[in-house]
Amino acid sequence: MRFLLDAEQRAFAASLDAMLTAADTPALIRRWSRGEHTGGRALWSRIADAGVFALAVPEAYDGCGPRPVDLAVAFVELGRHAVPGPLVETVTAAVLLSEPALAKRFLGSLASGETMATVALGGADGTALDGDTAALLLSLGADGLRLAPGHGPVRASLDPARRLTSLAPGGELLTPGPPLAHALTWARLATAAQALGVGLALLDRTVAYVRQRTQFGVPIGSFQAVKHRLADATIALEFARPLVFGAALTMSPADAAAAKVSACGAAYATARTALQLHGAIGYTAEYDLSLWLTKARALRTAWGTPDECRATVLGDRARRR
Amino acid sequence: MDLDVTPQDEAFRAEARAWLHAHVPAAPLPSLETAEGFAAHRAWEAELAADRWSVVNWPTAYGGRDCGLVRWLLFEEEYYAAGAPGRVGQNGVSLLAPTLLDHGTEEQRARVLPPMARGEVVWAQAWSEPEAGSDLASLTSRAVRTDGGWLLSGQKTWSSRAPFADRAFGLFRSEPGTPKPHQELTYVMFDLRAPGVTVRPIGRLDGKPAFAELFLDEVFVPDEDVIGEPGQGWRIAMSTAANERGLTLRSPGRFLTSADRLWELWRELGAPDATRDRVADALIGARAYQLFTYAAASRFLAGTPLGPESSLNKVFWSEYDIALHETALDLLGERGESADSEWAEGYVFALAGPIYAGTNEIQRDLVAERLLGLPKGRR
Repeated sequence: MRFLLDAEQRAFAASLDAMLTAADTPALIRRWSRGEHTGGRALWSRIADAGVFALAVPEAYDGCGPRPVDLAVAFVELGRHAVPGPLVETVTAAVLLSEPALAKRFLGSLASGETMATVALGGADGTALDGDTAALLLSLGADGLRLAPGHGPVRASLDPARRLTSLAPGGELLTPGPPLAHALTWARLATAAQALGVGLALLDRTVAYVRQRTQFGVPIGSFQAVKHRLADATIALEFARPLVFGAALTMSPADAAAAKVSACGAAYATARTALQLHGAIGYTAEYDLSLWLTKARALRTAWGTPDECRATVLGDRARRR
Repeated sequence: MDLDVTPQDEAFRAEARAWLHAHVPAAPLPSLETAEGFAAHRAWEAELAADRWSVVNWPTAYGGRDCGLVRWLLFEEEYYAAGAPGRVGQNGVSLLAPTLLDHGTEEQRARVLPPMARGEVVWAQAWSEPEAGSDLASLTSRAVRTDGGWLLSGQKTWSSRAPFADRAFGLFRSEPGTPKPHQELTYVMFDLRAPGVTVRPIGRLDGKPAFAELFLDEVFVPDEDVIGEPGQGWRIAMSTAANERGLTLRSPGRFLTSADRLWELWRELGAPDATRDRVADALIGARAYQLFTYAAASRFLAGTPLGPESSLNKVFWSEYDIALHETALDLLGERGESADSEWAEGYVFALAGPIYAGTNEIQRDLVAERLLGLPKGRR
């Protein structure tokens, strides 16, 4: 047993972190929110060039996967920098399209970053993230997986960087029986890792803030009430982290659901603490903290509400009886 | 990165499981915090030790199997899954023994550890004093030099297991006049039945004598019962404290079993919706604690000493343990109020968790200051 990232995985994380730091994601996120996708698309290509989407695509189809642990490493960094776009959805699409004929047709362009994909659960009644910019629109309804012919108008999300659309009904039926449970495990793993990264960024920013913000003549970070909230956020995040990587190793639906509910819960609790400790400045849209605060809320319910994830955990326990 | 267990480790696990299956008492032992229960738990330790299962991670020379951390974790999972009794020797095994292995002499290890492993000598801790709790370094009990040893005087309190234990270990102020309070402390082992020692049991919340006050009046301790150099006790004890908060005080196996038992109870009672989330969170928390511990063990085995992350651990398990037992009592309703149930006993035991081994407030300060780098302030 060696439940530790190896040197190569740590170097992969560090190189993504450096690239995303240099990309000035806050400015890019704000343009993405207004529907100006040029900068975001360029960053998408560089993320693909770093091999991130290929991690979910088998080697036979121009990928280097499946490598869920490395994918989790990457998604922590994507979350840390609040990268916009249908990241989880593109990974999920790659798993939904794993039948050989579909894989041959679609996966190469997902791995290379040429194609962004999005997925709506519930067919025409469902919601697809960034349907206005994704080229591959997948609609998963009662009769199977369809290639949607278009998308509806963009609806605002609590997280302005998440542009929500419906998908048009009809379209080509790609397969009546895509591997939904397996795709959901990948989606929950990626979302959990992304949320962990969001939470870690919120913690870092808030620690930096309370060290320099002075009131009553001392940094507010010297007050126990402030310290203890940040300690609790740290505890929640550091106990979510092993669930995320444990799920990446086992790829069991229960582990992925546990990782999702814990990492998203920890990120959301950290967001509440970050907002409270920043005070009024944290409550403004113009301060960059808002880009992470709103994402923590949105990820909590994306790809499985806390309730649905707990149901997966309990269902699994009942089967093991 | 992997979670793989080698076939040899699996064989070890199977051997432990088979032994436990054959030996674990069919009915639970009486409460550890009673004279009768203490004796029964002591006998159980002897039974474990007879087949070298009482301290599996210790060196073989002292009664262990030198099995390593991974096998220790597997053993603990099997131990609790088998419904085996609580460990009466916990204070000695998880606090004093690691200290002796790191800082003791060979003579001390050979003399103290084997009878500890067999449950013949059960150890109590003697850290806190009436005026020195979280601020432990302000303690005032003294060790005064005498021919061939030291004379201990003063008062200790909240000494877990002391009403029925044989010996105790703790810190005493030995070198008045040195400039810093934590440089004057000496780590001492002493006999609870020595002349000059008075043990006054204290009833915990449910009245059971789980701890005691110790009054010491010129209690003689020979030089060979001082651990490390006189005056170095603080540094030595803090390395013990890291151990206590770290890997070995609460094994993941214990919570995996508790969460499973809670889930079984929930199902037996018709899987009520009202407690569904809390039961799911108990299962998730046990898995998180297991994986967190695997990661800490992996770091440790890769050569990284345990650091302030053990404070994260202590807050997590102590609060988790209470939440789990609260859920069980809520599920049981009127039956939960009955004080003789195992869940009620576990609940009362869990309530102490956030207080001992460094309160959770102190742990949160340590997380904020040592992990996050926040400035020190008034506590």
